[in-house]
Amino acid sequence: MNRTKWRNAGLELVRSKMGIVAVAILVIFILGAIFAFLSPKDPNALDALQRLKSPSSAHWFGTDDYGRDYFARALYGGRVSLMVGFSAMVLATTIGTIVGVVSGYFGGWIDNLLMRLLEVILSIPTFLVMLLLSVFLKPNLTSIVLIIGLLMWMNMSRIIRAETMTILEREYVLYAKASGQNHLGIIFRHIFPSLVPVIIVAATNNVASAIMMESSLSFLGFGVQAPNATWGSMLNNAQGYIAQAPYLALFPGLFILLTVLSFNILGDILRVGFEPKLGKR
Amino acid sequence: MRQLIARRLLQTIPLLLFVSIACFALIKLAPGDPVLSFVTPNMHPEDIERIRHNLGLDKPAYIQYLLWLKELFQGNLGYSLVNHQPVMDQILDRLPATAGLMGSSIALSVLLAIPLGLTAGANRNRWQDKIINLISYIGISVPLFYLAILLIYLFAIELHWLPIMGMRTIGVHSAWDVVKHGILPCVVLAFGFLSVYVRYIRSSTIGQLKEDYVQIQYAFGATRRQVLFRHVMKHVLLPVITLLGMSMADLVTGAIVTETVFSWPGIGSLGMTAVKGMDYPVIMGITLFSALFLILGNLLADILYGFADPRIKSTR
Repeated sequence: MNRTKWRNAGLELVRSKMGIVAVAILVIFILGAIFAFLSPKDPNALDALQRLKSPSSAHWFGTDDYGRDYFARALYGGRVSLMVGFSAMVLATTIGTIVGVVSGYFGGWIDNLLMRLLEVILSIPTFLVMLLLSVFLKPNLTSIVLIIGLLMWMNMSRIIRAETMTILEREYVLYAKASGQNHLGIIFRHIFPSLVPVIIVAATNNVASAIMMESSLSFLGFGVQAPNATWGSMLNNAQGYIAQAPYLALFPGLFILLTVLSFNILGDILRVGFEPKLGKR
Repeated sequence: MRQLIARRLLQTIPLLLFVSIACFALIKLAPGDPVLSFVTPNMHPEDIERIRHNLGLDKPAYIQYLLWLKELFQGNLGYSLVNHQPVMDQILDRLPATAGLMGSSIALSVLLAIPLGLTAGANRNRWQDKIINLISYIGISVPLFYLAILLIYLFAIELHWLPIMGMRTIGVHSAWDVVKHGILPCVVLAFGFLSVYVRYIRSSTIGQLKEDYVQIQYAFGATRRQVLFRHVMKHVLLPVITLLGMSMADLVTGAIVTETVFSWPGIGSLGMTAVKGMDYPVIMGITLFSALFLILGNLLADILYGFADPRIKSTR
């Protein structure tokens, strides 16, 4: 990982308007999630007299079927969605990188075994397994992160494996091998630094899919449980009031869409920045 | 060619075996005792033990697995814990609805993706490309259930053009009624993987337009439209076949979500009910069924690709 690559990625980001918008959206959402506690309204405070009120100056996003302030709920919901997304990404990226590097570096029967294992996991419909596991383990933040993270690393490890194999062919790695360095040293000193751009790009895309997975689970009622909101479970609840209060569905869905969209755009821009040869699609 | 098919088929067998072991293990690890669903309050402990013995649940796990596998080969996936119906019958019963939904949305997304992808690729970095690019970005980023809710609100609640959910109006038996119910689910599911196709077709169009044959066609006086839709399209369609195979997993996920939102009576919504009711035999049956679908989908894509592009024969 050298400085030029970072500069290229930075330049690419500044140059594209979409990229700036994406980063701005993400910064706003992340700040909103971090500083959600500054909101004067309690996201779980019930108010029977203020049920299903349309957006107004008192309730920016209106109120839900229990009279709870929808803006506060969206802030706290975003906190859960983003936190689960990031943590699951970290888990998936770690597993994916380790499996990919080990498979690509050692090759032979280790590679064969890991790739066959991967094939088995990939042939099981992962979403169904996620649903199932979230019924087994009582859903809470940790179990949701584990479920999503443990079932999302497969594509990552394929990418890392392929990249590791190309890096292995380079002269400096061959030299390090020939000069008798041990495996760990070669992996950490010579291979891993070259993998960082690929890892960052894949991780950015992984956040997007983890957030998508979390909201799908929550939407189907299997995610983080009430009264805690996530954008997915807010949409689930909104489904029942779609005729009276369509704004209940509009806001949380829009937030999921914007977050996932921004991460996807950011991932593509970073890819172009890191690998200018491949980029410029 | 025959060799390729034979080899891929042989590779599929251990894969299926491992998947079945994984499924079995998953259900075995599940909390809860399946015997309890047969127990009534005034049963003796001996009766309960007898049920356990009759169900084969007192045997070691690997024997249970082998017995289960034997039944599986005879087409018996066990019985639902909830309504005690054969799992196989339930799945086959729901199959047409899911197959219809998946088939029509694959067709729709490919039909839309070809012109969109070709246009974007041919007008690289111009406004057409930018608009299509934005659409496909939104396509990969929009949660299907959100799209579904928005479309239900617009077309069913506000405009009253289409029904909100289900597959049939009660008492009405016409094909048109089913089609009307199917439009929204089909569009939602198609949108889920349209973008992947569009992007792929776009980038391979860009690649193809640099080829010599395109220049030759232009030299012979072909118009841009002719070159695109008559010549480039042929080459671009090829990778779409493999993409179809690769998008099977997304298709299954999408079908679960879409069928649930629209109460479409397919395998996906059957799976959701089973998961909610912890109906393990049904869950296991559906998981195996979808796994088979994924594996065969990939297999078929590989083989079709081998037919379409004989060059890969030697490399795989």
